[in-house]
Amino acid sequence: MAKVIIYPTNSLILSDMVERFGHEPLAMMEKIKKIINTVGVDSPPLNITPEEPKRGLKYAAVEVPAGVRGRMALIGPMIELAEAGIIVGDSSISFGCMGCARTNELTKFLIREKGIPILEIKYPHTEEEGQDFVYKIAEFLKSLPSGSDEK
Amino acid sequence: MAEETEDNITKIVVISSDSILPTDAAMKVYESEDSITIKETCFGTMVNGPREAVLKVVKTLRSMDRNHIFVKERGFKPGAEVRCRAGRGGGPRPGFHFLREEVNMLPMIGRALDKYEAGEPFEEHEAPKKLDISKLKKIIDSEL
Repeated sequence: MAKVIIYPTNSLILSDMVERFGHEPLAMMEKIKKIINTVGVDSPPLNITPEEPKRGLKYAAVEVPAGVRGRMALIGPMIELAEAGIIVGDSSISFGCMGCARTNELTKFLIREKGIPILEIKYPHTEEEGQDFVYKIAEFLKSLPSGSDEK
Repeated sequence: MAEETEDNITKIVVISSDSILPTDAAMKVYESEDSITIKETCFGTMVNGPREAVLKVVKTLRSMDRNHIFVKERGFKPGAEVRCRAGRGGGPRPGFHFLREEVNMLPMIGRALDKYEAGEPFEEHEAPKKLDISKLKKIIDSEL
């Protein structure tokens, strides 16, 4: 079972596909769960404190906005753990907590820099593209170490 | 927010099936003997409880129509005050827009998964190219 980082990091489709083909998705949701369930932090309910931008300094310079560094404090450790990556581009839906364009660029850059197997595709808009999308992801996931058939 | 003593998780189960309704999925969860809580939503259900129990229930739900039921983890519990619309005066909750965009793609993804499972050969499709600027100019001129 390989740890696969997905981009967008909170994608339902990617998270499901990675799990479906027997790997572990590294997604934002688990990080959020951890952070909101930690007691003893002085900034409920989201528990984002000045510590996060400090941790983000490992991935982005001090001049970079705190929002980017704060997000990188969550995404950076996931990239470090990743053994493979799936980056889906052409997304009109990178907003919400995925809405920081600079963080998105930095995330994609760091995944590419890591030298792990990466699949880069685009979100499908037609039936044919949908088939391409699924087939490519499935073949990529099967090619990873200890990838299994669909559960 | 209080720390959870157990390893509790929440999973979002999105139903995009022609044969299974979100209610059917919910009924299946109610049949479970495990101590889990669920919340029915417009796109499916949210299941919360101890990790083992939730994974078991999700596996059962997935088996109802496995290529058309999609699952992802959720950071917040169902009804969490900072996310739930009830406490925020209505409007879509943060994160809903992304989910809705992806839910629109699920029928297409489900059909592709069916084809993949049936072993249909992979055909490379050429992506439609973007419109050339000169062509666009011509179109604009012709309209005038």
